[in-house]
Amino acid sequence: MVDGIFRFLTRAAAGLTFLIVMGVLLALALGAYPALHKFGIGFISSSQWNPVTQEFGAAPAIVGTLITSFLALLLAVPLSFGITVFINELTPPWLKRPAAIAIELLAAIPSIIYGMWGLFVFAPWFAEHAQPWLTEHSAGWPLLGMLFDGPPMGIGMFSAGLILAIMITPFITAIWREVFALVPAVLKESAYGLGATTWEVIWKVVLPYTRAGVIGGIMLGLGRALGETMAVTFVIGNAHDISPSLFMPGATISSTLANEFTEAVGDMYLSSLFAIGLILFIITFIVLGAARLLLSRLRAKSLQSAAA
Amino acid sequence: MSQLFNRGVLAGTVLVLAGALSTVVAEPVTQINGAGATFPYPIYAKWAERYAQDKGVKLNYQSIGSGGGIQQIKAKTVDFGASDAPLKPEELDASGLMQFPMVMGGVVPVINVPGIKTGELKLPAELLADIYLGKIKKWNDAAITKANPGVKLPALDITVVHRSDGSGTTWIYTNYLTKVSKQWAEKVGNNNAVAWPTGVGGKGNEGVASYVSRIKGAIGYVEYAYALQNKISYALLQNHAGHFVKPDSASFQAAAANADWAHAPGFFMVLTDQPGKDSWPITGATFILVYKNQAKPDAGREVLKFFDWSYHHGGEMAEKLDYIPMPANVIKLVESTWQQDIKDSAGKNVWESAMVQ
Repeated sequence: MVDGIFRFLTRAAAGLTFLIVMGVLLALALGAYPALHKFGIGFISSSQWNPVTQEFGAAPAIVGTLITSFLALLLAVPLSFGITVFINELTPPWLKRPAAIAIELLAAIPSIIYGMWGLFVFAPWFAEHAQPWLTEHSAGWPLLGMLFDGPPMGIGMFSAGLILAIMITPFITAIWREVFALVPAVLKESAYGLGATTWEVIWKVVLPYTRAGVIGGIMLGLGRALGETMAVTFVIGNAHDISPSLFMPGATISSTLANEFTEAVGDMYLSSLFAIGLILFIITFIVLGAARLLLSRLRAKSLQSAAA
Repeated sequence: MSQLFNRGVLAGTVLVLAGALSTVVAEPVTQINGAGATFPYPIYAKWAERYAQDKGVKLNYQSIGSGGGIQQIKAKTVDFGASDAPLKPEELDASGLMQFPMVMGGVVPVINVPGIKTGELKLPAELLADIYLGKIKKWNDAAITKANPGVKLPALDITVVHRSDGSGTTWIYTNYLTKVSKQWAEKVGNNNAVAWPTGVGGKGNEGVASYVSRIKGAIGYVEYAYALQNKISYALLQNHAGHFVKPDSASFQAAAANADWAHAPGFFMVLTDQPGKDSWPITGATFILVYKNQAKPDAGREVLKFFDWSYHHGGEMAEKLDYIPMPANVIKLVESTWQQDIKDSAGKNVWESAMVQ
């Protein structure tokens, strides 16, 4: 009797989750329909965002979302790798726990605190000390000169990416530490026994063994970076422009929603906000889907090699 | 195990029943609900606190923004809505709403230019629009130095700061720019949010204030109270009569004094670029929206009572928080409009002049 109820409850819970996801998707699609119907496929490529003439396009927000998230991964992945290897393999035992706890505490800080820190502490420091130096020394370089051009404001796409990197690092690190710890000691000790250096053990034994988990960790971080709202809104500068420089202000999908949803007057305005929400939903879905696909491929491959 | 489970179910059922019962019992009107503009929130909260002490009726005001307030009153989830920008008479008629002005305030251009003190920089009307259009990029541009002889302006980039969220403050500000600059009117226009030609966006008045005080060479616009509280330098503006005026309650009141409310259908009145040599050019009123036909006349009456009490007893509190109270003749006008226009479903007046407290 209890077993029956228990089975029913678990099934209902699982079904409910699925229903909620479908419900959200449906609500977004219904809300987005008027805008998508009016602007068509051009909605994705248009960089117009004009509440006065009621003409909207999602390109600046999509580009801003992708660039800040990519920048965050670019900075967070090497950082997380260093932290994980240090804590798991290299720290003296007495430092292991404090270092691990410090990283986990970073994950517990609410995102708005990161935003405030970014705006009040990081941005002024960055504008005063780092930005002029970067602009000056990158001038004349082919790509870097363009990326680091612009007035030193401290806020902009670069700051947003950097704050995101700090935010997702503890998530990636936490997962990587778990999966690195799963590597059988026998494997590592055998490698050390053969005279491998720490670097060789990490690169040739630990990483191949944990490939799936490592990618999973990166994807989880990316998922968080794509959707992060408040911290980004504080430091990105909130302008609907696509500019080649990372020091110029931009906007992400979630920052646009946070800024404009409450005051969106007019049906087309509101519908366009729904439409970019739908696009974010789809981007996140594609990222997670791609991660799943990659993981299943890797798993199949490792099974094959194990069989051979 | 199964006994424990059953007990849990029983407790849950009791809770659900209790919840259902409590919603069935009707309550007298001891609370009125409103939502909307963030700009007047501090003074509405102050009035509400005092009103609850005096009359025992609580105000639940959600400062979710003017756009949100308009949506909420149209969805009839609140007793009144609040908006910084007036609705056009056609829009009011279409939804059966009426609006009235509650309190006034001013929007102030704030600057962060090293070496320039507050009130030192003069901005002719079109110059401000040209800066916001991105046509003037340096603080020592010839157009600025010409208007400010004797002021030493640095060769610093201008960083334009605007609101990133839709806002009544932006509505008033762009309304002014639309009036003084033909190019602004053609290219950008007047709304709660616009397609800014240049600059960075800060969230809320506090966001703009913090960007301006942090970025060297920045110019932004905030409600007067935020400029005062954050001690940011402001610039003088040229008004309709050609005089340079400084923002304070005297110049806001001067702008309001010249407004002809009696001939503004539906109280549609924008106080920007008003005549008069002392008028501050970016002044605006904030508005309350209620239904002409009250489905819940008791709640509707309490709303009017609260705002009437605020008109008559709240002026001093408003001035303390740097708002400008409505003049007495406008209050009379609003009250007579209430009596004329607001009815319950049986066609009876919701408001009588005898209710003035």
